[in-house]
Amino acid sequence: MAQTYLQNTREQTAALKLLRKRRWGGAAPYLFIFPWIFGFVVFTLGPLLFSLIISFFDWPIVGKVTFIGIDNYVEMFTDDPMFWKSLSVTLKFAVLFVPLNIVLALALAMLLNQKVRGSAIFRTAFYLPSVISGVALAMIWSWVYSGEYGILNYFLSLFGIQGPDWLNDTKWSLVAMVIASLWGQGSMMLIFLAGLKGIPKDLYESASIDGAGKIRQFFSVTIPMITPTILFNLITSIIAAFQQLTLALLLTGGGPMKSTYFYAMYMYENAFKYYKMGYSAANAWFMFLIVLVLTFLVFKSSEAWVFYEGEMKKNPQKKLKARKGGQTG
Amino acid sequence: MRKVITYTLLIVFSLLFIAPLFWAVTTALKSPQELYLFPPKWIPSEWKFSNFAEAWNIQPFNLFLKNTVTVTALSTLGQLISCTLVAYGFARFQFKGRDFLFLIVLATMMIPWEVTMIPQYMEFNYLGWINTLKPLIVPSWFGSAYYIFLLRQFILTLPRELDEAATIDGASKLTVLFRIIVPLMGPSLILVGVFQVMSCWNDYLGPLIFLNDQTKYTLTLGLSQFKGMYGVDMQSIMAITCLISIPPLAIFFFAQRYIVGGIATTGIKG
Repeated sequence: MAQTYLQNTREQTAALKLLRKRRWGGAAPYLFIFPWIFGFVVFTLGPLLFSLIISFFDWPIVGKVTFIGIDNYVEMFTDDPMFWKSLSVTLKFAVLFVPLNIVLALALAMLLNQKVRGSAIFRTAFYLPSVISGVALAMIWSWVYSGEYGILNYFLSLFGIQGPDWLNDTKWSLVAMVIASLWGQGSMMLIFLAGLKGIPKDLYESASIDGAGKIRQFFSVTIPMITPTILFNLITSIIAAFQQLTLALLLTGGGPMKSTYFYAMYMYENAFKYYKMGYSAANAWFMFLIVLVLTFLVFKSSEAWVFYEGEMKKNPQKKLKARKGGQTG
Repeated sequence: MRKVITYTLLIVFSLLFIAPLFWAVTTALKSPQELYLFPPKWIPSEWKFSNFAEAWNIQPFNLFLKNTVTVTALSTLGQLISCTLVAYGFARFQFKGRDFLFLIVLATMMIPWEVTMIPQYMEFNYLGWINTLKPLIVPSWFGSAYYIFLLRQFILTLPRELDEAATIDGASKLTVLFRIIVPLMGPSLILVGVFQVMSCWNDYLGPLIFLNDQTKYTLTLGLSQFKGMYGVDMQSIMAITCLISIPPLAIFFFAQRYIVGGIATTGIKG
């Protein structure tokens, strides 16, 4: 191979030109990406359109299919208390979960970003719960939350607090969901950690030369530099909040008194408990719309608060170093 | 002083994160008499390893294990092959509509699973695939946006001169892929494999929706059946919880370097 390569530079240049041309055209590229195109049409685009279509039908899993126009949507808004209930539960959950999740993940990442011994061990400890299945997580927490024998109430009793029966108390069930969800969100912490490691050290140095203390550095260097990561995590958290289903199904079954009846669970029950496929598809599209609108609003607002440092791109070597540090540290 | 605060916080948080796991393990080892005590006993006075075997026999977990391994192995193989082909197509060719198509790949990551869940169910129902393992395996053979993205980014970092030299020597595109590119893709393929094995092993909603019959259940679905099952004690539930968590935990420990790096890239590029 090497011999041919060295034979004749002019010939080689001509061949290279030909090659560059050949990168264009031909069916080859389409053959390579065909699996994705096929899968996209059959498992994503097709179902997406089909679910939009059936949302305008009364579509039981067996029996007669009837076109009913926008009746499913009308029913949702005007004649279905469970729709509003599940929506408000989900929004309440999101309002609690999203900010706490981001603050916790960022706080843990910042702790790990200090120069400490054994940071890999601590990182593992924080990430470990994210590795196991949502079913395992739900089983563990249903035992932790046990009112009489649970470890959480034992822990609280050490401080003289009489803990509630978490999962059977309408006041606490949603909080219990939030705590259990926070426990399994280690990947967000890792993303923040990578973001923190990507902040050039000289920014801190110049800040401290200018007389900024640690707190001032946090607000003037760390936070601005990490806003793109916050944006990413904010959007993923919002989406995760709206898709929360496993915990609701296994920890509380939506109860007590529907206090943890998430929107995803409402949708799931309409489809697979009551077999109202058309109605559930309408629910799904409404949720999709909410998530899109929220994402759009967050993106729109991000122009005001997300800070993109052009410097990073101009200095790829530094970025590379930072990234390497991120992988070994 | 700052060091002391940092270490204290790190240790306190670690304990908070680890305590529920530890509690699950010790519960799995307890005898029924020590289960319902307040204040609870952290360490059982007698370690009952027989709990694991007993719990395993309450349901046909051997069968569930077989199903889970089948689904995980076949779907991971499918993802590795299909995503490599597609990522190579996007990374190494110029063709009409490429950038637009790649944008769609990225956009599909935003679509909530719930929106396509019902039509997919109906589709598989029409094909007669409900209550078989096929709905959990077949879609994996057509690539997944996130993995395609990861692999494409990786291929883009490989120098094009390698491909060109091989092509001058008369190698076909497919030969270039399998002889030149794939051997260099090791770390990123491991990452995709690890992610897929974990998510497939841990998946609950897929099996819940597509499987009805106990003979087809996966491990997570089997474990979830314990919920509300009469006469199943907590130590059995925790024993199964621990057992099915071992593979993902083991993989995490061995592949930690790849996983941490991989998740980090998502955030930076995402």
